Amino acid sequence: MSATLLETRDVAKYFGNVVALKDISVAVGAGEVTCVLGDNGAGKSTFIKILSGVHRHDEGELLVEGEATHFSNPRDAKERGIATVFQDLATVPLMSIWRNFFLGSEPTKGAGPLRRIDVKGAQATMREELRKMGIDVRDADQPVGTLSGGERQAVAIARAVYFGAKVLILDEPTSALGVKQSGVVLRYIAQARDRGLGVIFITHNPHHAYPVGDRFVILNRGRLAGTWTKDEIGRDELVRQMSGGAELDALEHELRRA
Amino acid sequence: MSAVGAPPKPVPVADERLANISLTARLLRRPEIGALLAAIVVAIFFWTQSSLFLQLDGIANWTDVASTIGIPAVMVALLMIGGEFDLSAGVMTGTAGLTLGVLATEVGLNIWLAIVLTLIGATAIGFANGYMVMKTKLPSFIVTLATFFILQGVNLGVTKLITDQVTVSGIDLAAGYSSANAIFGDSFTSHGFRITVLWWIAITLVATWVLTRTRTGNWIYGVGGDANAARNVGVPVARVKIGLFMATSFVCALTGIMVALRLASTQAGQGVGEEFQYIIAAVVGGCVLTGGFGSAVGAALGATIIGMAFIGIQFSGWNTDWRFLFLGVILLVAVLVNNYIRKRAEGARR
Repeated sequence: MSATLLETRDVAKYFGNVVALKDISVAVGAGEVTCVLGDNGAGKSTFIKILSGVHRHDEGELLVEGEATHFSNPRDAKERGIATVFQDLATVPLMSIWRNFFLGSEPTKGAGPLRRIDVKGAQATMREELRKMGIDVRDADQPVGTLSGGERQAVAIARAVYFGAKVLILDEPTSALGVKQSGVVLRYIAQARDRGLGVIFITHNPHHAYPVGDRFVILNRGRLAGTWTKDEIGRDELVRQMSGGAELDALEHELRRA
Repeated sequence: MSAVGAPPKPVPVADERLANISLTARLLRRPEIGALLAAIVVAIFFWTQSSLFLQLDGIANWTDVASTIGIPAVMVALLMIGGEFDLSAGVMTGTAGLTLGVLATEVGLNIWLAIVLTLIGATAIGFANGYMVMKTKLPSFIVTLATFFILQGVNLGVTKLITDQVTVSGIDLAAGYSSANAIFGDSFTSHGFRITVLWWIAITLVATWVLTRTRTGNWIYGVGGDANAARNVGVPVARVKIGLFMATSFVCALTGIMVALRLASTQAGQGVGEEFQYIIAAVVGGCVLTGGFGSAVGAALGATIIGMAFIGIQFSGWNTDWRFLFLGVILLVAVLVNNYIRKRAEGARR
């Protein structure tokens, strides 16, 4: 296994007396994709929020490159190289691609009152970064809203990579997309992986997770339901585990009788 | 529009990119294109009614009206692009004129000192507007509506208390008046072009520069387009919005000062209702009511249309009450056109 970039050891999170997460141990290394799977309410969102610095964990350890850490806020996490791409909150639809790409970190030239955005440079950089992801942008002024859902995810991913992310956390990037578009996003995930990033891919779809993942973690009702590497589990078994294993068998049985 | 505007259909990955960008698509993407066309049509229309309309004396007339609407409208447009409203913008011009008048006549300050104090006071009110909107997360529509009525009440009440009238007059008797008036109020050619027109052009240019070329401008688009997305990438949303409220109040106060200097007096009811003219100018100029889209030049063009309508109706010899009908129709058409353009810009795949 390559160097571990981000790891949780027995992490727990409580909201009052509600146990949101308990004993969660997950790791991702450079050039690896760790898929976190779980049904609604399994604790995926809480887990992302701990990794991205929105929530502080109550128990266990969060390690960035082997060093135990508490993130105090999302900016803190970002500075440590942990970038999170939220499904819907990643880009501003009415803004052009290059403006979105650099929003909040615009490159400038000139000084004093003449300090201005380096528009040409920003556009060139954006084109170059998106080309690395396999997207050929011809019109940098095009509003992001006119891109397909997959391409918008790609803009957000490319931006995170460009601004120095070592670990990319993707929150359900494929859940709102059709089959073809999902495939496009999976390709971007693979590209980020090949460029040496650690990717944590959160999804409820084992069919999306299996082709791209190196490790699979299933959450169920705030607990770890299982951890496998790719050679330990097949696609069908992952689907079965994801659907609750025995529960699915029971359901199948029940439906057959009905 | 390129292939991107077409309905979603299964296409190979290689085709997931843009086709050629047509000139029409590029033009339609400009927020101010509609206002520019409308301004030309309106100008030609009133020119056919009265040839004076496009002579220098006539132009001096309607650019004067357009400038005192346009200066605040440009800033109101920036605020609107940032996703917020300021209904107290109109009455703020009155508050500023009255403050200036009271400081210069009743208190007896030098006019320049009075101007500085007025601008500081107005900016503080703008801060209060912005702070309350950000702190309470209430719509700015409600918060600034409250400010609007508070200021309207204060304008009338305090003016009557101090002067026993509904006017503050005699500003021209204050020390420094002639130099201040030369810079803010006077006309500067034999045709009677007002100096406010130069201010209007200057403020439009600065606003355009800020909006399109600076980081602040990018943040304004961002916080208006999607405040959450902007916050996620590190844009200081509250700071940007509060700053916009402050700048809006500042510029409105500047307008109030210009009008007060020119007339050498201010009515207590000055500016009430004008906030809607600013908003109309911004919307006619392509600003989207929900924020994130628009331009300063567009708002200036919107103000031009309003100025042309007000003066054009007068030149044509019609009853000036018709101007409100005209404003209403222009606004309705503008909203419909902008709505259509925005849908094209956002794309069907949202």
